[in-house]
Amino acid sequence: MGDVFKALADPTRRKILDELKERDGQTLFEMCGRLASKYQLGSSRQAISQHFDVLEAAGLVESRRQGRYKFHHLNTAPLESIARRWLTEPEQHP
Amino acid sequence: MRINLSSVYVDDQDKALRFYTGVLGFVKKTEIPLGEARWLTVVSPEDPEGTELLLEPDGHPATKPFKEALVADGVPLTSFAVDDVEKEHERLRELGVIFTQAPLTMGGVTTAVFDDTCGNLIQIASQ
Repeated sequence: MGDVFKALADPTRRKILDELKERDGQTLFEMCGRLASKYQLGSSRQAISQHFDVLEAAGLVESRRQGRYKFHHLNTAPLESIARRWLTEPEQHP
Repeated sequence: MRINLSSVYVDDQDKALRFYTGVLGFVKKTEIPLGEARWLTVVSPEDPEGTELLLEPDGHPATKPFKEALVADGVPLTSFAVDDVEKEHERLRELGVIFTQAPLTMGGVTTAVFDDTCGNLIQIASQ
């Protein structure tokens, strides 16, 4: 499992998560189009693909192959463990 | 100089003709036997003298890996203009067409991406 904090440290990767939040299950093509037109992010397709790899290693994104296509899905579970670590009251911890 | 023809690489010309005419709504323009394959083009019924689309067989060894790599990343091979992407998305979905990108509006342009059943993804766009 990669580092969630390192994955979240990059602004482009945070925008990728924002866009998956808006519509889950996107191809690389759709994400590149969104980043280019909404944020004027001129990153190459290869660069976005590498950002997806980092997010996937941190468990924040899951890729799913359906037939010949590949879709990316948001997984917020790693963020919940962050919330549990610092946002829960002390007495709730055993 | 002008663009009078564009092509898509299809895995089966008969199947492609059925999809591009029966489902998408283009009409056959030319069909000329050429050995194993045919010179097979379709045009838009809205513009029968306009740009022809050649349904080109994907027999060359380089085309299959090329097509598979594009499809895996969701990249359309080409784009067609429609009046209303939302409407066309609904119409095609009812006909069983699979979309890899539902309608998406960005900067005044709406696009969607579907599978042409012949090994390609095709984008439709309205402005």
